Amino acid sequence: MLSRNEILETIDMIDQQHLDIRTITMGISLLSCCDPDPEAACRKIYDKICRTAENLVKTGEQIEREFGIPIVNKRISVTPMALVAAASETSDYVPFAKALDRAAKTCGVNFIGGYSALVQKGMTAADRKLIASIPEALAETDFVCSSVNVGSTRAGINMDAVRLMGETVKKTALRTADRDGFGCAKLVVFCNAVEDNPFMAGAFHGVGEAESIINVGVSGPGVVYHALQSVKGQPFDEVAETVKKTAFRVTRMGQLVAREASQRLDVPFGIVDLSLAPTPAVGDSVARILEEMGLETCGTHGTTAALALLNDAVKKGGVMASSSVGGLSGAFIPVSEDEGMIAAARSGALGIDKLEAMTCVCSVGLDMIAIPGDTPAETIAAIIADEAAIGMINNKTTAVRVIPAPGKGVGDTVEMGGLLGTAPVMPVHKESSADFIARGGRIPAPLNSLKN
Amino acid sequence: MHAIVTVIGKDRVGIIADVCALLSQQRVNVLDISQTVMQEYFTMIMMVDVTDAELPFAELVKLLEEEGKSLNLTIRAQREDIFNAMHRI
Repeated sequence: MLSRNEILETIDMIDQQHLDIRTITMGISLLSCCDPDPEAACRKIYDKICRTAENLVKTGEQIEREFGIPIVNKRISVTPMALVAAASETSDYVPFAKALDRAAKTCGVNFIGGYSALVQKGMTAADRKLIASIPEALAETDFVCSSVNVGSTRAGINMDAVRLMGETVKKTALRTADRDGFGCAKLVVFCNAVEDNPFMAGAFHGVGEAESIINVGVSGPGVVYHALQSVKGQPFDEVAETVKKTAFRVTRMGQLVAREASQRLDVPFGIVDLSLAPTPAVGDSVARILEEMGLETCGTHGTTAALALLNDAVKKGGVMASSSVGGLSGAFIPVSEDEGMIAAARSGALGIDKLEAMTCVCSVGLDMIAIPGDTPAETIAAIIADEAAIGMINNKTTAVRVIPAPGKGVGDTVEMGGLLGTAPVMPVHKESSADFIARGGRIPAPLNSLKN
Repeated sequence: MHAIVTVIGKDRVGIIADVCALLSQQRVNVLDISQTVMQEYFTMIMMVDVTDAELPFAELVKLLEEEGKSLNLTIRAQREDIFNAMHRI
Protein backbone atom coordinates (compact mmCIF):
# COMPACT_ATOMS: atom_id res chain seq x y z
CA MET A 1 0.00 0.00 0.00
CA LEU A 2 1.22 3.44 -0.88
CA SER A 3 1.90 5.68 2.05
CA ARG A 4 0.08 8.93 2.60
CA ASN A 5 3.33 10.87 2.18
CA GLU A 6 4.10 9.28 -1.16
CA ILE A 7 0.68 10.15 -2.51
CA LEU A 8 0.84 13.72 -1.26
CA GLU A 9 4.40 14.09 -2.56
CA THR A 10 3.32 13.16 -6.08
CA ILE A 11 0.35 15.49 -5.95
CA ASP A 12 2.56 18.28 -4.66
CA MET A 13 5.01 17.74 -7.53
CA ILE A 14 2.20 18.14 -10.04
CA ASP A 15 0.38 20.99 -8.31
CA GLN A 16 3.18 23.09 -6.87
CA GLN A 17 6.35 22.12 -8.72
CA HIS A 18 5.14 22.15 -12.33
CA LEU A 19 5.76 18.45 -12.93
CA ASP A 20 4.32 17.50 -16.28
CA ILE A 21 4.82 15.46 -19.40
CA ARG A 22 6.19 18.09 -21.73
CA THR A 23 5.25 16.38 -24.95
CA ILE A 24 3.89 13.28 -26.58
CA THR A 25 5.24 13.37 -30.10
CA MET A 26 4.08 11.00 -32.78
CA GLY A 27 6.69 10.35 -35.45
CA ILE A 28 5.21 9.54 -38.85
CA SER A 29 7.11 8.36 -41.92
CA LEU A 30 6.09 10.20 -45.07
CA LEU A 31 8.32 8.22 -47.42
CA SER A 32 5.23 6.53 -48.85
CA CYS A 33 3.86 9.94 -49.90
CA CYS A 34 6.46 10.74 -52.57
CA ASP A 35 4.87 11.62 -55.91
CA PRO A 36 6.12 13.31 -59.09
CA ASP A 37 3.02 15.52 -58.96
CA PRO A 38 3.53 17.96 -56.06
CA GLU A 39 -0.22 18.41 -55.54
CA ALA A 40 -0.72 14.66 -55.26
CA ALA A 41 2.23 14.45 -52.85
CA CYS A 42 0.74 17.18 -50.63
CA ARG A 43 -2.61 15.41 -50.63
CA LYS A 44 -0.98 12.13 -49.63
CA ILE A 45 1.00 13.88 -46.89
CA TYR A 46 -2.10 15.53 -45.45
CA ASP A 47 -4.12 12.31 -45.60
CA LYS A 48 -1.45 10.13 -44.05
CA ILE A 49 -0.79 12.48 -41.13
CA CYS A 50 -4.49 12.97 -40.42
CA ARG A 51 -5.14 9.24 -40.63
CA THR A 52 -2.22 8.23 -38.41
CA ALA A 53 -2.53 10.98 -35.80
CA GLU A 54 -6.32 11.14 -35.76
CA ASN A 55 -6.60 10.08 -32.12
CA LEU A 56 -3.36 11.53 -30.80
CA VAL A 57 -4.77 14.59 -29.08
CA LYS A 58 -7.87 12.81 -27.80
CA THR A 59 -5.80 9.97 -26.34
CA GLY A 60 -3.36 12.43 -24.78
CA GLU A 61 -6.21 14.25 -23.07
CA GLN A 62 -7.70 10.99 -21.82
CA ILE A 63 -4.41 9.90 -20.25
CA GLU A 64 -4.01 13.34 -18.75
CA ARG A 65 -7.35 13.04 -17.04
CA GLU A 66 -7.04 9.46 -15.86
CA PHE A 67 -3.58 9.85 -14.36
CA GLY A 68 -4.04 13.43 -13.25
CA ILE A 69 -0.78 14.51 -14.90
CA PRO A 70 -0.72 17.40 -17.37
CA ILE A 71 0.53 16.59 -20.87
CA VAL A 72 1.44 20.04 -22.08
CA ASN A 73 1.99 19.38 -25.78
CA LYS A 74 0.82 16.88 -28.33
CA ARG A 75 2.94 17.06 -31.45
CA ILE A 76 3.85 15.37 -34.69
CA SER A 77 7.21 14.86 -36.34
CA VAL A 78 7.61 13.70 -39.93
CA THR A 79 10.29 12.47 -42.33
CA PRO A 80 12.64 15.33 -43.35
CA MET A 81 10.60 17.04 -46.05
CA ALA A 82 13.54 17.45 -48.45
CA LEU A 83 13.56 13.65 -48.85
CA VAL A 84 9.84 13.45 -49.56
CA ALA A 85 9.60 16.50 -51.81
CA ALA A 86 12.65 15.45 -53.82
CA ALA A 87 10.47 13.14 -55.93
CA SER A 88 8.15 15.96 -57.00
CA GLU A 89 8.73 18.01 -60.12
CA THR A 90 8.55 21.49 -58.66
CA SER A 91 10.89 24.22 -57.53
CA ASP A 92 8.50 25.59 -54.90
CA TYR A 93 8.36 23.62 -51.66
CA VAL A 94 6.14 26.02 -49.69
CA PRO A 95 2.97 24.02 -50.53
CA PHE A 96 4.52 21.07 -48.66
CA ALA A 97 4.85 23.24 -45.55
CA LYS A 98 1.25 24.36 -45.98
CA ALA A 99 0.10 20.74 -46.22
CA LEU A 100 1.88 20.01 -42.92
CA ASP A 101 0.28 23.07 -41.36
CA ARG A 102 -3.21 22.05 -42.46
CA ALA A 103 -2.66 18.52 -41.13
CA ALA A 104 -1.44 19.89 -37.78
CA LYS A 105 -4.57 22.02 -37.51
CA THR A 106 -6.89 19.14 -38.38
CA CYS A 107 -5.22 16.88 -35.81
CA GLY A 108 -5.27 19.60 -33.15
CA VAL A 109 -1.55 19.46 -32.34
CA ASN A 110 0.36 22.63 -31.51
CA PHE A 111 3.50 21.99 -33.60
CA ILE A 112 4.57 19.77 -36.45
CA GLY A 113 8.29 19.25 -37.04
CA GLY A 114 10.17 17.91 -40.02
CA TYR A 115 10.33 20.67 -42.59
CA SER A 116 13.94 19.62 -42.60
CA ALA A 117 17.03 18.81 -44.61
CA LEU A 118 20.07 16.76 -43.62
CA VAL A 119 23.05 18.32 -45.35
CA GLN A 120 26.01 17.51 -43.09
CA LYS A 121 28.13 16.34 -46.01
CA GLY A 122 26.50 17.84 -49.08
CA MET A 123 23.29 19.29 -50.45
CA THR A 124 21.03 17.70 -53.04
CA ALA A 125 18.96 19.87 -55.37
CA ALA A 126 15.96 19.16 -53.11
CA ASP A 127 17.90 20.23 -49.99
CA ARG A 128 18.73 23.54 -51.66
CA LYS A 129 15.12 24.10 -52.68
CA LEU A 130 13.92 23.34 -49.19
CA ILE A 131 16.42 25.64 -47.51
CA ALA A 132 15.54 28.42 -49.97
CA SER A 133 11.86 28.03 -49.09
CA ILE A 134 12.28 28.13 -45.30
CA PRO A 135 11.73 31.90 -44.76
CA GLU A 136 8.49 31.89 -46.73
CA ALA A 137 7.35 28.53 -45.35
CA LEU A 138 7.75 29.69 -41.75
CA ALA A 139 6.12 33.04 -42.44
CA GLU A 140 3.12 31.50 -44.22
CA THR A 141 2.40 28.72 -41.71
CA ASP A 142 1.56 28.71 -38.02
CA PHE A 143 2.67 25.36 -36.64
CA VAL A 144 5.40 24.11 -38.95
CA CYS A 145 8.89 23.78 -37.47
CA SER A 146 12.01 23.53 -39.56
CA SER A 147 15.46 22.14 -38.89
CA VAL A 148 18.61 21.71 -40.92
CA ASN A 149 21.51 19.49 -39.92
CA VAL A 150 24.74 21.08 -41.11
CA GLY A 151 27.35 18.90 -39.46
CA SER A 152 28.12 15.62 -37.74
CA THR A 153 31.03 13.91 -36.02
CA ARG A 154 31.14 11.42 -38.88
CA ALA A 155 30.92 13.89 -41.76
CA GLY A 156 32.42 17.14 -40.49
CA ILE A 157 30.77 20.52 -41.04
CA ASN A 158 29.28 21.61 -44.35
CA MET A 159 30.38 25.24 -44.36
CA ASP A 160 28.42 26.04 -47.52
CA ALA A 161 25.28 25.01 -45.68
CA VAL A 162 26.40 26.98 -42.62
CA ARG A 163 26.70 30.12 -44.75
CA LEU A 164 23.33 29.45 -46.32
CA MET A 165 21.71 28.97 -42.92
CA GLY A 166 23.17 32.25 -41.62
CA GLU A 167 21.39 33.95 -44.51
CA THR A 168 18.24 31.88 -44.01
CA VAL A 169 17.93 32.80 -40.33
CA LYS A 170 18.28 36.45 -41.25
CA LYS A 171 15.71 36.23 -44.06
CA THR A 172 13.29 34.34 -41.83
CA ALA A 173 13.51 37.11 -39.25
CA LEU A 174 12.81 39.74 -41.89
CA ARG A 175 9.88 37.79 -43.32
CA THR A 176 8.32 37.78 -39.85
CA ALA A 177 9.50 41.27 -38.86
CA ASP A 178 5.98 42.26 -37.81
CA ARG A 179 6.23 39.61 -35.06
CA ASP A 180 9.82 40.45 -33.96
CA GLY A 181 11.26 37.71 -36.15
CA PHE A 182 9.08 35.02 -34.63
CA GLY A 183 9.73 32.68 -37.59
CA CYS A 184 13.25 32.08 -36.23
CA ALA A 185 11.77 30.49 -33.09
CA LYS A 186 10.61 27.68 -35.38
CA LEU A 187 13.99 27.15 -37.06
CA VAL A 188 16.90 25.14 -35.64
CA VAL A 189 20.31 24.52 -37.16
CA PHE A 190 21.82 21.28 -35.85
CA CYS A 191 25.03 19.37 -35.68
CA ASN A 192 24.57 15.64 -34.94
CA ALA A 193 20.77 15.92 -35.06
CA VAL A 194 18.97 12.91 -33.58
CA GLU A 195 16.23 11.01 -35.38
CA ASP A 196 13.89 10.45 -32.43
CA ASN A 197 13.80 13.85 -30.73
CA PRO A 198 10.29 14.63 -29.44
CA PHE A 199 11.02 18.31 -28.71
CA MET A 200 10.38 21.23 -31.03
CA ALA A 201 11.50 23.01 -33.03
CA GLY A 202 14.05 20.33 -33.92
CA ALA A 203 11.90 17.19 -34.08
CA PHE A 204 11.84 15.10 -37.24
CA HIS A 205 11.15 11.43 -37.91
CA GLY A 206 14.42 9.87 -39.06
CA VAL A 207 14.64 7.48 -41.98
CA GLY A 208 15.91 4.75 -39.64
CA GLU A 209 12.64 4.88 -37.70
CA ALA A 210 9.51 2.75 -38.01
CA GLU A 211 6.35 3.68 -39.92
CA SER A 212 5.07 5.58 -36.90
CA ILE A 213 6.24 5.85 -33.33
CA ILE A 214 5.45 7.48 -29.98
CA ASN A 215 8.21 9.47 -28.29
CA VAL A 216 7.71 11.19 -24.96
CA GLY A 217 9.58 14.12 -23.44
CA VAL A 218 9.41 14.58 -19.69
CA SER A 219 10.12 17.72 -17.76
CA GLY A 220 10.57 18.74 -14.16
CA PRO A 221 13.09 21.51 -13.40
CA GLY A 222 10.75 22.62 -10.61
CA VAL A 223 10.84 19.19 -8.98
CA VAL A 224 14.65 19.06 -9.10
CA TYR A 225 14.89 22.59 -7.70
CA HIS A 226 12.55 21.70 -4.86
CA ALA A 227 14.44 18.49 -4.07
CA LEU A 228 17.76 20.36 -3.92
CA GLN A 229 16.40 22.71 -1.29
CA SER A 230 16.54 19.79 1.12
CA VAL A 231 20.33 19.38 0.70
CA LYS A 232 21.42 23.00 1.15
CA GLY A 233 25.15 23.34 1.86
CA GLN A 234 25.88 19.62 1.51
CA PRO A 235 28.68 18.24 -0.70
CA PHE A 236 28.13 17.66 -4.42
CA ASP A 237 27.88 13.89 -3.94
CA GLU A 238 24.62 14.55 -2.12
CA VAL A 239 23.46 16.98 -4.79
CA ALA A 240 24.09 14.41 -7.52
CA GLU A 241 22.29 11.67 -5.56
CA THR A 242 19.29 13.90 -5.01
CA VAL A 243 19.05 14.85 -8.68
CA LYS A 244 19.37 11.19 -9.70
CA LYS A 245 16.56 10.07 -7.43
CA THR A 246 14.30 12.85 -8.63
CA ALA A 247 15.08 12.19 -12.30
CA PHE A 248 14.31 8.51 -11.75
CA ARG A 249 10.82 9.28 -10.47
CA VAL A 250 10.06 11.79 -13.16
CA THR A 251 11.19 9.40 -15.88
CA ARG A 252 9.21 6.49 -14.46
CA MET A 253 6.15 8.63 -14.90
CA GLY A 254 7.20 9.45 -18.48
CA GLN A 255 7.69 5.78 -19.21
CA LEU A 256 4.23 4.97 -17.84
CA VAL A 257 2.58 7.61 -20.00
CA ALA A 258 4.58 6.59 -23.07
CA ARG A 259 3.61 2.95 -22.69
CA GLU A 260 -0.02 3.82 -22.12
CA ALA A 261 -0.15 6.15 -25.14
CA SER A 262 1.58 3.60 -27.32
CA GLN A 263 -0.92 0.87 -26.33
CA ARG A 264 -4.00 3.01 -26.79
CA LEU A 265 -2.90 4.37 -30.14
CA ASP A 266 -1.53 1.02 -31.27
CA VAL A 267 1.68 2.72 -32.30
CA PRO A 268 5.05 1.34 -31.11
CA PHE A 269 6.76 3.08 -28.21
CA GLY A 270 10.00 4.75 -29.30
CA ILE A 271 11.87 6.51 -26.55
CA VAL A 272 11.56 8.64 -23.45
CA ASP A 273 13.62 11.82 -23.73
CA LEU A 274 15.16 12.67 -20.34
CA SER A 275 15.47 16.37 -20.95
CA LEU A 276 14.99 18.92 -18.21
CA ALA A 277 12.88 21.39 -20.15
CA PRO A 278 12.14 24.70 -18.45
CA THR A 279 9.16 27.01 -19.00
CA PRO A 280 8.90 30.74 -18.38
CA ALA A 281 6.77 30.02 -15.27
CA VAL A 282 8.34 30.92 -11.93
CA GLY A 283 9.57 27.72 -10.28
CA ASP A 284 10.18 25.83 -13.53
CA SER A 285 13.67 27.08 -14.31
CA VAL A 286 16.97 25.28 -14.97
CA ALA A 287 18.90 28.46 -14.10
CA ARG A 288 17.38 28.46 -10.63
CA ILE A 289 18.60 24.89 -10.07
CA LEU A 290 22.15 26.02 -10.83
CA GLU A 291 21.71 28.96 -8.47
CA GLU A 292 20.37 26.62 -5.78
CA MET A 293 23.74 24.83 -5.97
CA GLY A 294 25.34 28.01 -4.66
CA LEU A 295 25.79 30.43 -7.56
CA GLU A 296 24.66 34.01 -7.02
CA THR A 297 23.45 34.22 -10.61
CA CYS A 298 23.38 31.77 -13.46
CA GLY A 299 26.22 32.75 -15.80
CA THR A 300 28.84 33.46 -13.17
CA HIS A 301 31.98 31.31 -12.73
CA GLY A 302 30.99 27.80 -11.72
CA THR A 303 27.90 27.70 -13.93
CA THR A 304 29.40 25.24 -16.41
CA ALA A 305 30.46 22.84 -13.65
CA ALA A 306 27.06 23.03 -11.99
CA LEU A 307 25.33 22.35 -15.30
CA ALA A 308 27.66 19.42 -16.06
CA LEU A 309 26.74 17.79 -12.76
CA LEU A 310 23.04 18.41 -13.27
CA ASN A 311 23.03 17.08 -16.83
CA ASP A 312 24.92 13.93 -15.93
CA ALA A 313 22.89 13.16 -12.82
CA VAL A 314 19.61 13.55 -14.74
CA LYS A 315 20.79 10.97 -17.27
CA LYS A 316 22.04 8.55 -14.62
CA GLY A 317 18.76 8.70 -12.73
CA GLY A 318 16.58 8.63 -15.80
CA VAL A 319 18.24 5.89 -17.77
CA MET A 320 17.32 3.20 -15.22
CA ALA A 321 13.69 4.28 -15.23
CA SER A 322 12.92 3.76 -18.90
CA SER A 323 13.19 0.77 -21.18
CA SER A 324 14.43 2.98 -24.00
CA VAL A 325 16.01 6.38 -23.64
CA GLY A 326 16.79 8.62 -26.58
CA GLY A 327 16.15 11.96 -28.19
CA LEU A 328 18.21 14.80 -26.82
CA SER A 329 18.18 13.72 -23.16
CA GLY A 330 19.94 16.52 -21.33
CA ALA A 331 19.17 19.79 -19.59
CA PHE A 332 17.91 22.48 -21.96
CA ILE A 333 19.04 26.07 -21.59
CA PRO A 334 16.68 28.06 -23.82
CA VAL A 335 17.11 31.62 -22.63
CA SER A 336 13.65 33.01 -23.42
CA GLU A 337 11.89 29.95 -22.00
CA ASP A 338 13.54 30.03 -18.59
CA GLU A 339 12.63 32.64 -16.02
CA GLY A 340 16.04 32.43 -14.30
CA MET A 341 17.96 32.67 -17.58
CA ILE A 342 15.93 35.72 -18.59
CA ALA A 343 16.78 37.41 -15.30
CA ALA A 344 20.47 36.49 -15.63
CA ALA A 345 20.61 37.77 -19.22
CA ARG A 346 18.91 41.02 -18.22
CA SER A 347 21.35 41.62 -15.39
CA GLY A 348 24.27 41.07 -17.79
CA ALA A 349 25.61 38.09 -15.83
CA LEU A 350 24.81 35.66 -18.64
CA GLY A 351 26.21 36.32 -22.10
CA ILE A 352 26.37 34.44 -25.34
CA ASP A 353 29.98 33.32 -24.73
CA LYS A 354 29.10 31.73 -21.40
CA LEU A 355 26.07 30.09 -22.97
CA GLU A 356 28.32 28.63 -25.66
CA ALA A 357 30.56 27.15 -22.98
CA MET A 358 27.52 25.74 -21.21
CA THR A 359 26.43 23.96 -24.37
CA CYS A 360 29.60 21.84 -24.18
CA VAL A 361 28.20 20.03 -21.16
CA CYS A 362 24.46 19.94 -21.71
CA SER A 363 21.77 19.60 -24.31
CA VAL A 364 21.34 21.27 -26.76
CA GLY A 365 22.82 24.56 -27.86
CA LEU A 366 22.35 28.28 -28.17
CA ASP A 367 18.61 28.16 -27.85
CA MET A 368 15.99 30.89 -28.04
CA ILE A 369 18.44 33.76 -27.86
CA ALA A 370 17.47 37.14 -29.25
CA ILE A 371 20.35 39.02 -30.88
CA PRO A 372 20.40 42.50 -32.41
CA GLY A 373 18.43 42.83 -35.66
CA ASP A 374 21.42 44.31 -37.47
CA THR A 375 23.63 41.26 -36.82
CA PRO A 376 25.16 40.33 -40.21
CA ALA A 377 24.26 36.95 -41.74
CA GLU A 378 27.97 36.00 -41.66
CA THR A 379 28.08 36.53 -37.90
CA ILE A 380 25.04 34.28 -37.45
CA ALA A 381 26.74 31.70 -39.70
CA ALA A 382 29.87 31.94 -37.57
CA ILE A 383 27.81 31.40 -34.40
CA ILE A 384 26.38 28.30 -36.08
CA ALA A 385 29.88 27.13 -37.08
CA ASP A 386 31.14 27.48 -33.49
CA GLU A 387 28.25 25.46 -32.09
CA ALA A 388 28.57 22.82 -34.81
CA ALA A 389 32.29 22.50 -34.01
CA ILE A 390 31.48 21.84 -30.34
CA GLY A 391 29.03 19.15 -31.37
CA MET A 392 31.32 17.60 -33.96
CA ILE A 393 34.37 17.32 -31.71
CA ASN A 394 32.48 16.24 -28.58
CA ASN A 395 30.26 13.73 -30.33
CA LYS A 396 27.07 15.39 -29.11
CA THR A 397 24.08 17.19 -30.50
CA THR A 398 24.39 20.95 -30.65
CA ALA A 399 22.05 23.48 -32.18
CA VAL A 400 21.49 27.14 -32.81
CA ARG A 401 18.12 28.84 -32.58
CA VAL A 402 18.74 32.58 -32.51
CA ILE A 403 16.32 35.38 -33.30
CA PRO A 404 17.91 38.44 -34.93
CA ALA A 405 14.90 40.60 -34.02
CA PRO A 406 14.43 43.22 -36.75
CA GLY A 407 14.78 46.77 -35.51
CA LYS A 408 15.79 45.70 -32.00
CA GLY A 409 19.06 46.24 -30.21
CA VAL A 410 20.74 45.34 -26.93
CA GLY A 411 18.51 46.37 -24.04
CA ASP A 412 15.29 45.66 -25.96
CA THR A 413 13.07 42.67 -25.30
CA VAL A 414 11.40 40.25 -27.69
CA GLU A 415 8.04 38.82 -26.63
CA MET A 416 7.45 35.35 -28.06
CA GLY A 417 4.37 34.53 -26.05
CA GLY A 418 3.30 31.32 -24.34
CA LEU A 419 5.91 28.64 -23.69
CA LEU A 420 8.39 30.47 -25.93
CA GLY A 421 8.60 33.29 -23.39
CA THR A 422 10.50 36.55 -23.40
CA ALA A 423 14.00 37.16 -24.73
CA PRO A 424 16.20 40.11 -23.76
CA VAL A 425 18.33 41.00 -26.80
CA MET A 426 21.91 39.86 -26.10
CA PRO A 427 25.02 41.45 -27.55
CA VAL A 428 27.16 39.54 -30.07
CA HIS A 429 30.77 40.27 -31.02
CA LYS A 430 31.02 43.22 -33.40
CA GLU A 431 34.20 42.03 -35.14
CA SER A 432 33.55 40.52 -38.57
CA SER A 433 33.64 36.81 -39.45
CA ALA A 434 32.74 37.49 -43.09
CA ASP A 435 35.99 36.29 -44.69
CA PHE A 436 35.87 33.13 -42.61
CA ILE A 437 32.35 32.30 -43.73
CA ALA A 438 33.03 33.28 -47.38
CA ARG A 439 35.52 30.40 -47.73
CA GLY A 440 32.79 27.74 -47.90
CA GLY A 441 33.67 24.09 -48.45
CA ARG A 442 33.82 21.58 -45.65
CA ILE A 443 35.51 21.32 -42.29
CA PRO A 444 36.70 17.70 -42.46
CA ALA A 445 35.44 15.11 -40.01
CA PRO A 446 37.61 15.00 -36.90
CA LEU A 447 40.01 12.23 -35.99
CA ASN A 448 37.55 10.85 -33.47
CA SER A 449 35.16 10.01 -36.33
CA LEU A 450 37.48 7.15 -37.29
CA LYS A 451 36.12 4.55 -34.92
CA ASN A 452 36.31 1.40 -36.99
CA MET B 1 -8.77 -1.18 -11.55
CA HIS B 2 -7.61 0.68 -8.46
CA ALA B 3 -7.52 4.44 -8.16
CA ILE B 4 -6.48 6.95 -5.52
CA VAL B 5 -9.03 9.58 -4.54
CA THR B 6 -7.79 12.60 -2.62
CA VAL B 7 -10.17 15.02 -1.01
CA ILE B 8 -9.15 18.39 0.37
CA GLY B 9 -11.41 21.06 1.82
CA LYS B 10 -12.30 23.15 4.85
CA ASP B 11 -13.32 20.83 7.66
CA ARG B 12 -17.03 20.50 8.43
CA VAL B 13 -19.53 17.87 9.48
CA GLY B 14 -20.28 15.14 6.93
CA ILE B 15 -17.44 15.33 4.40
CA ILE B 16 -16.73 11.60 4.52
CA ALA B 17 -20.44 10.86 4.27
CA ASP B 18 -20.84 13.17 1.27
CA VAL B 19 -17.87 11.73 -0.59
CA CYS B 20 -18.80 8.13 0.17
CA ALA B 21 -22.37 8.74 -0.98
CA LEU B 22 -21.04 10.16 -4.21
CA LEU B 23 -18.75 7.17 -4.74
CA SER B 24 -21.44 4.62 -3.95
CA GLN B 25 -23.80 6.26 -6.45
CA GLN B 26 -21.15 5.60 -9.07
CA ARG B 27 -20.63 2.03 -7.85
CA VAL B 28 -17.10 2.76 -6.72
CA ASN B 29 -15.93 0.48 -3.91
CA VAL B 30 -13.83 2.03 -1.14
CA LEU B 31 -10.92 -0.22 -0.09
CA ASP B 32 -9.03 2.00 2.31
CA ILE B 33 -9.39 5.43 3.89
CA SER B 34 -6.91 7.60 5.72
CA GLN B 35 -7.83 11.07 6.80
CA THR B 36 -6.63 13.89 8.95
CA VAL B 37 -7.37 17.53 9.74
CA MET B 38 -4.49 19.98 9.45
CA GLN B 39 -5.05 23.62 10.36
CA GLU B 40 -8.79 23.41 9.73
CA TYR B 41 -8.18 21.67 6.45
CA PHE B 42 -9.56 18.23 5.93
CA THR B 43 -7.39 15.87 3.88
CA MET B 44 -8.53 12.39 2.96
CA ILE B 45 -6.84 9.77 0.83
CA MET B 46 -8.89 6.80 -0.36
CA MET B 47 -7.91 3.72 -2.28
CA VAL B 48 -10.90 2.69 -4.39
CA ASP B 49 -11.82 -0.02 -6.85
CA VAL B 50 -13.54 1.32 -9.97
CA THR B 51 -14.00 -1.99 -11.76
CA ASP B 52 -17.79 -1.91 -11.37
CA ALA B 53 -18.22 1.80 -12.04
CA GLU B 54 -20.65 2.52 -14.83
CA LEU B 55 -18.84 5.56 -16.20
CA PRO B 56 -15.53 5.28 -18.05
CA PHE B 57 -12.76 6.35 -15.69
CA ALA B 58 -11.95 9.65 -17.43
CA GLU B 59 -15.59 10.71 -17.09
CA LEU B 60 -15.73 9.58 -13.49
CA VAL B 61 -12.73 11.81 -12.75
CA LYS B 62 -14.55 14.76 -14.29
CA LEU B 63 -17.77 14.03 -12.44
CA LEU B 64 -16.01 13.78 -9.06
CA GLU B 65 -14.20 17.03 -9.74
CA GLU B 66 -17.43 18.83 -10.59
CA GLU B 67 -19.45 17.33 -7.75
CA GLY B 68 -16.58 18.18 -5.42
CA LYS B 69 -16.82 21.83 -6.40
CA SER B 70 -20.49 21.97 -5.43
CA LEU B 71 -19.54 20.47 -2.04
CA ASN B 72 -16.71 23.01 -1.64
CA LEU B 73 -14.14 20.24 -1.85
CA THR B 74 -11.25 19.48 -4.17
CA ILE B 75 -11.77 15.89 -5.21
CA ARG B 76 -9.15 14.32 -7.39
CA ALA B 77 -9.14 10.76 -8.71
CA GLN B 78 -6.07 9.32 -10.35
CA ARG B 79 -5.15 5.83 -11.49
CA GLU B 80 -3.00 4.10 -8.91
CA ASP B 81 -0.35 3.30 -11.53
CA ILE B 82 1.13 6.78 -11.50
CA PHE B 83 1.95 6.58 -7.79
CA ASN B 84 3.31 3.07 -8.12
CA ALA B 85 5.49 4.13 -11.05
CA MET B 86 6.95 6.93 -9.03
CA HIS B 87 7.41 5.25 -5.66
CA ARG B 88 7.76 1.52 -6.29
CA ILE B 89 10.31 -0.32 -8.37
